[in-house]
Amino acid sequence: MNAATLFGLSGAALVGFGLYGLVTNPEPLRKILAFNLLGSGVFLVFGVVSRRAAASGLGGDPVPQAMVITAIVVAFAATAMAIALVLRLLQETGRSTLSADNSGGTNTDRGNS
Amino acid sequence: MTIVSAFDIGLVVLILGIGASTIATRGAFAAVIGFVVYGLLLSIAWVRLSAVDVALTEAAIGGGMTGMLMLGAVARLRLAKGNDTRASLPVRFAAAALCALVAAGLATAILSPPEAIPTLAPMVMENLAQSGLGNPVAGVLFVYRALDTLLEKVVLILALLGVWSLAPDSVWGGIPGLRVYARPSSTLTFLAQLLPPVGIVVAIYMCWVGAKEPGGAFQGGTVLAAMWLLVMIAGLKNVPPISQPWLRLLLVVGPVIFLAIGLAGMVLANAFLAYPPGYAKPLIVAVEVALTLSIGVALGLLAAGPPERVQQQ
Repeated sequence: MNAATLFGLSGAALVGFGLYGLVTNPEPLRKILAFNLLGSGVFLVFGVVSRRAAASGLGGDPVPQAMVITAIVVAFAATAMAIALVLRLLQETGRSTLSADNSGGTNTDRGNS
Repeated sequence: MTIVSAFDIGLVVLILGIGASTIATRGAFAAVIGFVVYGLLLSIAWVRLSAVDVALTEAAIGGGMTGMLMLGAVARLRLAKGNDTRASLPVRFAAAALCALVAAGLATAILSPPEAIPTLAPMVMENLAQSGLGNPVAGVLFVYRALDTLLEKVVLILALLGVWSLAPDSVWGGIPGLRVYARPSSTLTFLAQLLPPVGIVVAIYMCWVGAKEPGGAFQGGTVLAAMWLLVMIAGLKNVPPISQPWLRLLLVVGPVIFLAIGLAGMVLANAFLAYPPGYAKPLIVAVEVALTLSIGVALGLLAAGPPERVQQQ
């Protein structure tokens, strides 16, 4: 096993961690964070899988590298949008959770703040 | 077959450990700090994969800018009524098992050797000399897949429009709700006075060197955005209202010049986004300079968030 494969396997594990966090954590901010972890794992897997073709005197294949750079920037734009939505949700309802249970009603919450 | 070095194993252990901790910790603040460290470690992994351009982008945008956005969100959400109920134990076990299955599937794909490996790298290297660029990644970004790069800038602006449109009607065109920690003679003020000259030189260097070596418009633009945000957070410069014409001009100047050169290519070089022979490098450098400004302003405004205050006259 070489170093690239090792990084590829850790990318696969990161996808697993991110997916688990995305599914189980009820807080939207933590979901966004987990989604970013998932995304970076996908980039790592993609980079390693496509790098196997690296040839012609290059350390890596420039085409997938350029695609990963584009992907990182687009992921950031989506994250900024998602965080703005969460903060707006907070402004409107005073809550920062997507959980379905009604233990804390929105009306009483707003009164306290 | 090379032997995996102790450094790589240590790096992977750290990445996985800190990555898992951002999911497992209870406090959102600790998770975000973990995420920033994770981004920096991941960029070292990209260097180990000899993808230095990706490493720079990951460190600057994946770790730094995303981390800053999330820290701002944590600070605002601290007062919110959170809901600490987590999923029940059987649900968590089921989720963990299914996620492990996904990871195992990916791992199998990585470990199974492919029959034929498709690659465009030899073609990239063959034709790179015509563009006058020395960095193959910049060649892919600005010559072969220029449409991707153009649309990506448009995505940044669309995301910014999306963020702005979340503002209530009453403060439209107002000042973004960036937290300003104006405290005279603090360390923050000192750093905000000390770092920007250095940062601006680094940004110009990164933008210029991107044609030959790892670097480029994104990385330079991110450094510019970071310097701008530092000065605004320290209270040395006011956060500008989003209705300012110069702000909007800077936002669109990069994509507009890129698009104009692309359209001129239809006449001069017979294809959209093609460069006339001999003029490829100067045109690409001009596009990169304009894009660096636009990316810097767009990233800074994305981090600053939607407008929250009306402009004071």
